[in-house]
Amino acid sequence: MIISVASGKGGTGKTTVATNLALSLESGVQLLDCDVEEPNCHLFLNPVIEETETVFTPVPEIDADKCTFCRKCVDICRFKVIAILGETILTFPELCHSCGGCMAICPEDAITETGRQLGVVEKGRLNNIDFVHGRLRVGEAMSPPLIKKVRSFARSDKINIIDAPPGTSCPVIAAMKDTDFVLMVTEPTPFGLHDLRLAVEAVRILGIPHGLVINRSDIGDSRVQAYAGRENLPILMEIPFDRRIAEAYSKGRSIVEEMPEWKEKFLKLYSQVEKLVE
Amino acid sequence: MKIAVTSKGTDLDSQVDPRFGRAAYILIVDTPSLEVEVLDNSENVNAFKGAGIQAAAMVSDKGAEVLLTGFCGPNAFKTLAATGVKVAMDAGGTVSDAVKAFNEGKMPFADGANIEGQT
Repeated sequence: MIISVASGKGGTGKTTVATNLALSLESGVQLLDCDVEEPNCHLFLNPVIEETETVFTPVPEIDADKCTFCRKCVDICRFKVIAILGETILTFPELCHSCGGCMAICPEDAITETGRQLGVVEKGRLNNIDFVHGRLRVGEAMSPPLIKKVRSFARSDKINIIDAPPGTSCPVIAAMKDTDFVLMVTEPTPFGLHDLRLAVEAVRILGIPHGLVINRSDIGDSRVQAYAGRENLPILMEIPFDRRIAEAYSKGRSIVEEMPEWKEKFLKLYSQVEKLVE
Repeated sequence: MKIAVTSKGTDLDSQVDPRFGRAAYILIVDTPSLEVEVLDNSENVNAFKGAGIQAAAMVSDKGAEVLLTGFCGPNAFKTLAATGVKVAMDAGGTVSDAVKAFNEGKMPFADGANIEGQT
């Protein structure tokens, strides 16, 4: 089972839902923080990190002695990684998306593979909860390959919870694609609703079963609920705007640690997801 | 000497386009004759990525020695530097204003990019 926790708008409570769900399930569960640009699940889970792996993406290196300046590599590259100016070869490896086209098309075998560091993947655990997250290298623009690397640790014999990045762009798709269920966390505000609609559209294109968690459910207005009704989106959980939750959050503590009665609600959330996946 | 100027139009009276990679046109102005060759930059305007690199390659292919523009990013600057094209930035007014200002020594050459890379 792979559950991704996503939202359109940022700051709606994805990490809160992902970490509390993992803590409530207690064992047989893995938390994969795929928000690699700003991972924060570890702040609430406090796992012990046991392994760190540096992740690279292949980029071209050109042997100037073999190059005949035919420009086939320049023409095939959509990202202008290679510039040939007369007999000067320039490469901009930070723009490369690692398609391998330049290496495949070069008639002189002048292009070989070297690596650009994307970031690191860190693996650890808290009690019986396995934890993996990615940290994108500062300055790196391309996060999907690192997200996929984090996801490669998903195990079929466990419940895998993925904390996705916000938005609806490539990193989010990389985090949600081919998961069994998407928990969409939103808030009942105009911004929350606006971005939720976009996220729902994306999830529908991917054809993944999904349901809503409404966070800070007693603020704002009722338009998110009305939208959910119209679109037949099941509302699986509502988390009220509670000062105790905010205070716990500000100290890096989870809801279930602070208010153990919530554990049952998160377990119920999981069993509803389980039913919807079947 | 050939001077490349980023332009919103196709003649010397057009306004300078402050963007380099995604300028509407790049005019190659030959001095002192002021003969103009118009390069349509529409392909780069819509380029997915690397518009600056591509525009820089085009300018150098045309044999320009100098580029006058508003802003130039790091990848474009690196490409221009590799081919020996000198860059003067913060150009404004019309293309002929910019060429005149350059000829009068009012536009110094830059030694680096004046904006961050564009994503």
